Amino acid sequence: MNVPTSYVVGLSALLFTLGVIGVLVRRNAIVVFMSVELMLNAGNLAFIAFARASQSLGGQVFVFFTIAVAAAEVAVGLALIVTIFKAKHSIDIDQMSSLKG
Amino acid sequence: MPLREVAAGVGLFGSAAWIIAFPVLGLVLNLVLGRRLGERFTGVVASGAVALSFGIAVLQFLALRAAPEGARVMVADWIAIGSLSVPWALKIDTLSVTMMLMVTGVSTLIHIYAAGYMHDDVRFQGDPGRYTRFFVYFNLFVACMMILVTGDSFLTLFVGWEGVGLCSYLLIGFWYEKGAGGIGNALAGKKAFITNRIGDFGFLIAMFLAFWAFGSLRFDEVFQRAEEAGPAAVGVITGITLFLLLGAAGKSAQLPLVVWLPDAMAGPTPVSALIHAATMVTAGVYMIVRNHVLFDLAPFSSNAVTWVGGLTALFAATVAVGQYDIKKVLAYSTISQLGFMVAAAGLGAYVAAMFHLLTHAFFKALLFLSAGSVIQGVEKGHQHAGEHAAGPDRHEAPFDPNDMRTMGGLRRRMPVTFWVYLIGALALAGIPPLAGFFSKDEILAEASRIHPAVYGLLTAAAFLTAFYMGRQIWLVFFGSPRSAPSAHAEESRLVVTGPLVALAGLAILGGALNLPGLPALASWLGRTLGEAEAAAFNPLVALVSILLALVAIAAAWLLYGRRPLAEGEADPLRRLLGPVFVGIQNKWWIDEFYDWLVVRRYVRLAAFLAEVIDGRFWHDWFHDTLMARSFRMGTRWLAEAFDLRVIDGAANGLADLIKAAAGRLHRLQTGFVRNYALALFLGAVGLLAYFLLQR
Repeated sequence: MNVPTSYVVGLSALLFTLGVIGVLVRRNAIVVFMSVELMLNAGNLAFIAFARASQSLGGQVFVFFTIAVAAAEVAVGLALIVTIFKAKHSIDIDQMSSLKG
Repeated sequence: MPLREVAAGVGLFGSAAWIIAFPVLGLVLNLVLGRRLGERFTGVVASGAVALSFGIAVLQFLALRAAPEGARVMVADWIAIGSLSVPWALKIDTLSVTMMLMVTGVSTLIHIYAAGYMHDDVRFQGDPGRYTRFFVYFNLFVACMMILVTGDSFLTLFVGWEGVGLCSYLLIGFWYEKGAGGIGNALAGKKAFITNRIGDFGFLIAMFLAFWAFGSLRFDEVFQRAEEAGPAAVGVITGITLFLLLGAAGKSAQLPLVVWLPDAMAGPTPVSALIHAATMVTAGVYMIVRNHVLFDLAPFSSNAVTWVGGLTALFAATVAVGQYDIKKVLAYSTISQLGFMVAAAGLGAYVAAMFHLLTHAFFKALLFLSAGSVIQGVEKGHQHAGEHAAGPDRHEAPFDPNDMRTMGGLRRRMPVTFWVYLIGALALAGIPPLAGFFSKDEILAEASRIHPAVYGLLTAAAFLTAFYMGRQIWLVFFGSPRSAPSAHAEESRLVVTGPLVALAGLAILGGALNLPGLPALASWLGRTLGEAEAAAFNPLVALVSILLALVAIAAAWLLYGRRPLAEGEADPLRRLLGPVFVGIQNKWWIDEFYDWLVVRRYVRLAAFLAEVIDGRFWHDWFHDTLMARSFRMGTRWLAEAFDLRVIDGAANGLADLIKAAAGRLHRLQTGFVRNYALALFLGAVGLLAYFLLQR
């Protein structure tokens, strides 16, 4: 079974666009966070597709790193969201605007 | 005459540099250690240093007997600029060695005397700490005097010339806080210094002229070229010698610069004896004799020298008659005798001038030192009298131990001083066979032969000399004491009387240096002065001067000896001479005349310069108005226009700009994360679009 690379890259672009829209449109911090993960994984997918097409292991190694770093980022991010919720009883990111200039 | 050149330190002549070095060593030693090791050490070191110098002078004398042509001892290269080359060389010839022997010999005796005299003097004046300082100055003086007499060129002589002038100033003002009004002594020192500067100016101009005309400052070269130049150079040589005469008049206190020497008596008595009688004041005479070649070539200058000497001799002799201060009489006497020497030098009788210089050094040093002994005897008498007197009398009016009117009868209280004083006075008066007779008579004989008018002046001066010395002897030593201090006067110690006796011996025997028929000094000095003059002796002149001296002494006896002056009585001369006596008592108002002629105008000029030129022009206008105001205007412009507008404007403008920019830009920071994300997104899209379009 051989899926053409352009199909995979197209799926990746579709996923990335969904992630961008999610970040820009939604106000729920957790959803925004999930959208960011979506964008990361769209990137991973593009890496894998190109790595397979060019028969190179480098892209796959990059993906491993991205997944590891994203896991750590999720841990930090969720901890921040929990703390903010404890302080404000809300996770609406439009209310977190105390750095307004 | 080929002159031998010797490096310093080689042979007998080479030791000559030590004659300067020993006093310098002495003064350095006293400067460093004197205060710590006490008076005895100071006195021994100072006297010893000068005695060693005398030893060197004797060595030079012996060397010169073996090698009569003399030598030129090179000490160091001093000045070498272009064609001007002045090494520091010592001239060793019969003339300079004669001066060395006299100066160091008399200095040694006076140093020993001063060691005793100053011990008491610093206690009378109330500052024993100054004992060491006195001997430091004294040794410095001897060193400078040696530089002067050994000078091989005008310039090296001038160094010593200025050095002795400085020492004279320092020692006249030794008790600078004493004297009339608390500044009398300081003023006397200043007067001596300034008057000498006028003479020094003459010497300097003469020096410049000599270099300009003959291209050298060395005596030998100048003399040689002056002789070669012949009649063409008479004009410039006359100029040089007239300016040299001005220099000599300053140093030797001749008319018109006589005024400083009487005031110089403010110094301690050993200073008067050493500097203002025996050595420094004779430097002018020495300088004329040293330059005898030039004076021989300029008859006009020689004539001027003769007249200056003759007039000074008579002028000072008349003033000496009317003085009451024991030292002032001797001071005017010194001026008068210096006039004799200068007149002799002007007549071309250089040997006679030097002969009188030597004998005068002996008997005038003797007279001054004896006068110091008298003064201290009376001061001690004053202390004793104070002890005897009852309580309330102790703080009476200030007492002047120099005033001859309060003395009298000291012959019994101070026998040694009396006898040596008598010897000195007779020598000065010209009584044979004492030293003064022979030397003065030689001058008078020369004058009678060459210049009858000046002979008349000098004979009158000699008559007055005998008279004022007789007056002094009778006033001081005979009769009965005219005050309590004189009645209680006390003879001085051996350290003081010892040198007096030695000098008295010299004053008796000094004439043997140049007896008529046995002219030892003439043939000795003749080696340097060119021709050996036969000592002039004129029996008629000698007879006249002896008779006049005896008449003068008899007149003094009639006035002061036959019936001694009583306490508080006026001088019998006042009745006899009337207004003339007022004149001589006031030194013919020469000080007042100079005050009117020079000092007052000068002070007015100085006041004008200070008030108008310095005060109003420089200070008020130039400084305050011009400079200060333009500076203030400049700074105000800088402060207001430049600093406030440009500098502050730039700084504030920058700050305002940043503030305004920040006011606009702060709105971008909304605090909404999604805005930021949108910006990031649009940025990324923009970048991507840019790269795509680039390709």
